[in-house]
Amino acid sequence: MPQIRMTVNGKEVSGEVEGRTLLVQFLRDHLGLTGTHVGCDTTQCGACTVHVNGRAMKSCTLLAAHADGADVTTIEGLADGDTLHPMQEAFREHHALQCGFCTPGMVMSAIGLVKDNPKMSEKDVRHGLEGNICRCTGYHNIVEAILDAQTKMGA
Amino acid sequence: MYDFNYQRASSLDDAKSKFSGADDARYMAGGMTLLPVLKQRLDQPSDVVDLGFLDDLKGISEDGGNLVIKAMSVHHAVNTSDTVKSKIPALAHLAGTIGDPMVRNRGTIGGSLANNDPAASYPSAVLALNATVHTDSRTIAADDFFTGMFDTALNEGELITSVSFPIPEKAGYCHFPNPASRYPIVGVFVAKTADGPRVAVTGAGACVFRVPEMEQALASNWSADAVANVKCSADGLNEDIHASPEYRAHLITVMAKRAIEAAG
Amino acid sequence: MASQFGIGQPVRRSEDKRFLTGRGTYVDDINLPRQTHAVVVYSPHAHADIKSIDTSAAKSAPGVLLVLTGEDAQADGLGGYGQALMPEDVGGPPGFRTTRPVLATGRVRHVGERVALVIAETEEQARDAAELIEIDYAPLPATVLAEDAVKDGAPLVWDGAENNLCFPLMMGDADATEKAIASAHYVAKVHIYNNRLTTNPMEMRGTIGDYNRAMDEYTLYTSTQNPHGVRAEVAGHILHMHETKLRVIARDVGGGFGLKGGVFPEDALVVWAAGKLERPVKWVPSRSEAMILDDDGRDQTLDAEMAVDKDGKILAMRWIALNNLGAYVVGPGAVVPMFALGMSQGVYKIPTMLVATKAVFTNTPPTTPYRGAGRPEATYTIERLMDAAARGIGMDPAEIRKRNFIQPSEFPFETHTHQIYDSGDYATALDKCLELSDYKNFAKRRAESEKAGKKRGLGLSYYIDNTGIFNDRMELRFDPSGSLTIVAGTFSHGQGHETTYKQIASDLLGVPFEDIKLVQGDTAAVSFGRGTYASRSAHVGGSALKAAAEAVIESGKKFAGMMLEAGESDLEFVDGLYKVTGTDKAIPMTEVAKFAYIPAGPPSELGTGLEGVGNFATTMSSFPNGAHVCEVEIDPDTGKVVIDRFFAVDDMGNIINPLLVAGQIHGGIVQGVGQALLEDMVYDRESGQLLSGSFLDYAMPRADDVPSFQIGMSEVPSPSNPLGVKGAGEGGTVGATPTVINAIVDALESAGVTNMELPATPERVWRALSKAA
Repeated sequence: MPQIRMTVNGKEVSGEVEGRTLLVQFLRDHLGLTGTHVGCDTTQCGACTVHVNGRAMKSCTLLAAHADGADVTTIEGLADGDTLHPMQEAFREHHALQCGFCTPGMVMSAIGLVKDNPKMSEKDVRHGLEGNICRCTGYHNIVEAILDAQTKMGA
Repeated sequence: MYDFNYQRASSLDDAKSKFSGADDARYMAGGMTLLPVLKQRLDQPSDVVDLGFLDDLKGISEDGGNLVIKAMSVHHAVNTSDTVKSKIPALAHLAGTIGDPMVRNRGTIGGSLANNDPAASYPSAVLALNATVHTDSRTIAADDFFTGMFDTALNEGELITSVSFPIPEKAGYCHFPNPASRYPIVGVFVAKTADGPRVAVTGAGACVFRVPEMEQALASNWSADAVANVKCSADGLNEDIHASPEYRAHLITVMAKRAIEAAG
Repeated sequence: MASQFGIGQPVRRSEDKRFLTGRGTYVDDINLPRQTHAVVVYSPHAHADIKSIDTSAAKSAPGVLLVLTGEDAQADGLGGYGQALMPEDVGGPPGFRTTRPVLATGRVRHVGERVALVIAETEEQARDAAELIEIDYAPLPATVLAEDAVKDGAPLVWDGAENNLCFPLMMGDADATEKAIASAHYVAKVHIYNNRLTTNPMEMRGTIGDYNRAMDEYTLYTSTQNPHGVRAEVAGHILHMHETKLRVIARDVGGGFGLKGGVFPEDALVVWAAGKLERPVKWVPSRSEAMILDDDGRDQTLDAEMAVDKDGKILAMRWIALNNLGAYVVGPGAVVPMFALGMSQGVYKIPTMLVATKAVFTNTPPTTPYRGAGRPEATYTIERLMDAAARGIGMDPAEIRKRNFIQPSEFPFETHTHQIYDSGDYATALDKCLELSDYKNFAKRRAESEKAGKKRGLGLSYYIDNTGIFNDRMELRFDPSGSLTIVAGTFSHGQGHETTYKQIASDLLGVPFEDIKLVQGDTAAVSFGRGTYASRSAHVGGSALKAAAEAVIESGKKFAGMMLEAGESDLEFVDGLYKVTGTDKAIPMTEVAKFAYIPAGPPSELGTGLEGVGNFATTMSSFPNGAHVCEVEIDPDTGKVVIDRFFAVDDMGNIINPLLVAGQIHGGIVQGVGQALLEDMVYDRESGQLLSGSFLDYAMPRADDVPSFQIGMSEVPSPSNPLGVKGAGEGGTVGATPTVINAIVDALESAGVTNMELPATPERVWRALSKAA
């Protein structure tokens, strides 16, 4: 059984996992970080998106053992105390969430998009969200929130 | 997922020895295909050998007239590489159409080629650009590499180390995505190479294939018009709930025209 | 009281922070001590006899605690899931009733019918063991499509249900309609297959059962829209125990769209198994399993006709349909065809009409309400007919609608199908939408598209919805600190009730928004409720909440009178203050609430504490309505449809929170677009195997499949309820599907195309163009 250590939301964590344990299972079941969700089994929906070494990845398609030594950020690690990350704040302000299930992955993915291209057009944002499915919002307010957060993150 | 013995490779040799020492091992590059397959319990390997830490197998460079992409380079790296964008912009474009941003941060060119999914994007570029696949023990020409659905010329345990793409005069890629999976229903890569025009199609058949009629037409007249009247046969093309063989055959011509327009 | 948190304000949602920080609590986020894991084994056949089941290898597999089959369920006397409503319950024709067992015995009737349950220490052990169960099936011929099910000699899903008929429905006047159609100037005709969909809420259904032997009490955590409804079925009809023995808890629910308004075998299975094991039993499916085990939506086939005169006046309408119920008529499944007929008249005056359907059984999973539930079918049909009629007589599609609209002066308006519409001003909303969409300059945009080799089409539709079903209750309870709890019988699962109900309560009682809390979704905390579905919560829940606030104000008056030393008749309640009329003596509600809890002083008849219960029983539905306009651009070489522009102007009555209403409209439109362009639940016509069983094959709209929307409001308050609201949850979906298809037909009309199937996939559009050419 692989022994793994990684940094999750700034904290050193370690544990023993099975070879088949996915990163999302390690986060949810071992660390109790249940904000990272599983919405499908075909690497399509993006609800499980986290950042691994600064890059957005789908934690349902990543072995926990492979993330050994990595620096992982989940939705729980974004806010600074009671102060939300600008992306979280923009989602709230623009009513970019309804049931909230896709939201953590959507926010993590959106931050990754802004990081790669801080000057996205609406079209860029829509294309960039190709790997995240939301069934409630119709995306309209999500796109608005990301464009707004992009401005604020750049400021 | 069935459980397996996870092994991390520390070098190419270590990877090969761990593979050969196991009962029924699989290599894992980015895992973008292997892990979904395992999650569906469609495969039950004894061991998974993780290549993800082999930094020697990452990198993109120009070598003479060739663009060399090492096997563990992720799609995002190829998509955003200045070298790729300047030497074979169509290849950078193709890499940016694979999956989604998160998939592109994990999936690798080597993994994609070794898996040879009928709807994978990279095989069309490798075949159209007449690239050479380098493995730990030999080199394989593109025309010899793709042997069938999920099948390649690789021997058991043989690892791709890099792919070298001769820099073409012109190249273009255009695909029509499946509305659900976003994989290409049809993807066509065209290239004007030193050996003449090459046209490779993915998504449409069991395995990537060339279209000699189009290549001949392009040899005398490199233009979208030249392929516009080349109709492909629907015989043997894939059929699913999203596209019939006839529609796929039609899309080959449409995508080829657009790929040529994109190539300029 | 007009405040930034009052009724009508775009208040940001108070529930968002927990979702945005990863602290929502969905079923899979709940883990109980000593929890076990269940996996469902289901039928791989659409129709088969079960010859034998051998569970011995599974039972002895590592970690396995319990394996249950249908025989065990029978031995324990478990019941099944019947119908919430059948036509005959409301005066319609009798139907063939079925009972869906928790685990099948003898025969399976669709792929996905549950056959066994395996419980182990871990999920993977349960999955390993599930593979060891050996079931010997004798496959039978299956019937999959409704049109095949009614053919002579079709395999029968149920012995006794001849021709696979569950029930027929018919409304209107057959003779008068036939006569009007026979002599009409023009008769528009469309054939429609309203495609089968699956809901795919992002959170899959999941359940956890628990049993406390000390108290002899069961607890079920489930992802539902209707906790008390689940309790009634699971306790009352399946496990045969008093409802007080079962506590049902729904925390955060990740979308429902109607699917989770029903009850599923897994709700009962985990409770039953937890009682046997005296350990918690958790079941969370994979997405692929969920797509097989969930019920589906829509699936109506029909032929429709509309007769018009040369001036575009409707003379008659007729449609004859088949509704595919699947293998069981379950829960509210029969409501879908009933709603489809009921709402078939749309927003138009029609002299005579006939609508009829046969609801039939097939060897497919049950169909149940999915966002709209019959109203999308009704609006889709009549709005396709309106366009076809307009084309047939060469009239502008907006003009033909205006010539036939029910007029504002004609409300309440009774349709041929006995719906009594509450209010509306359809022409005004349509005009606003035409203005918003720059309708008059469409030709210029079409010319631009043509230059780029694309075919542009404009579609419009006018939808009508029916909202506010049943009765419900709400409680308001102050605590001794003066803060207020709303105890809701409805159940928010994304709609934002925590915010909207607090707005209403804050507005009516003058209690600060941040001092109010919502309790819902726990049968131990909420005495009764009917949950949230069919866009009922603002209408019914909101009205009950208003009644509760009035009850609180009335009860508070007695305490306020004591405090202000005034008679009750001298008191008035204004802007959160009890005032002695004609004086400046006043006291805020929250102070009165605190006073109501003092340990001594107030006499018995005033009671201890301050609370109120409000009820609202719908006597008249509300009928949200609105105009949609969209423009599509079609690539004739590939058949790919791109929605370039989309506009909606809605009459949803008075608005409690415009931000949230807009969100409902956006999301609703995109689900309607999904049905129009992408979504299709496909079962093999012979074998009944699901061919679209994962997100790799079932296409749902992604961000780049849709544009941003421009929406407007054209409110006409509803007289049906004291808030004047109309339900906002489904109108977007109801209107969007015909709008998109009308736009596609418009784009392709010049090429000779007159109809388009659902969904309008690229291949279908390409084929339609190729065939016409």
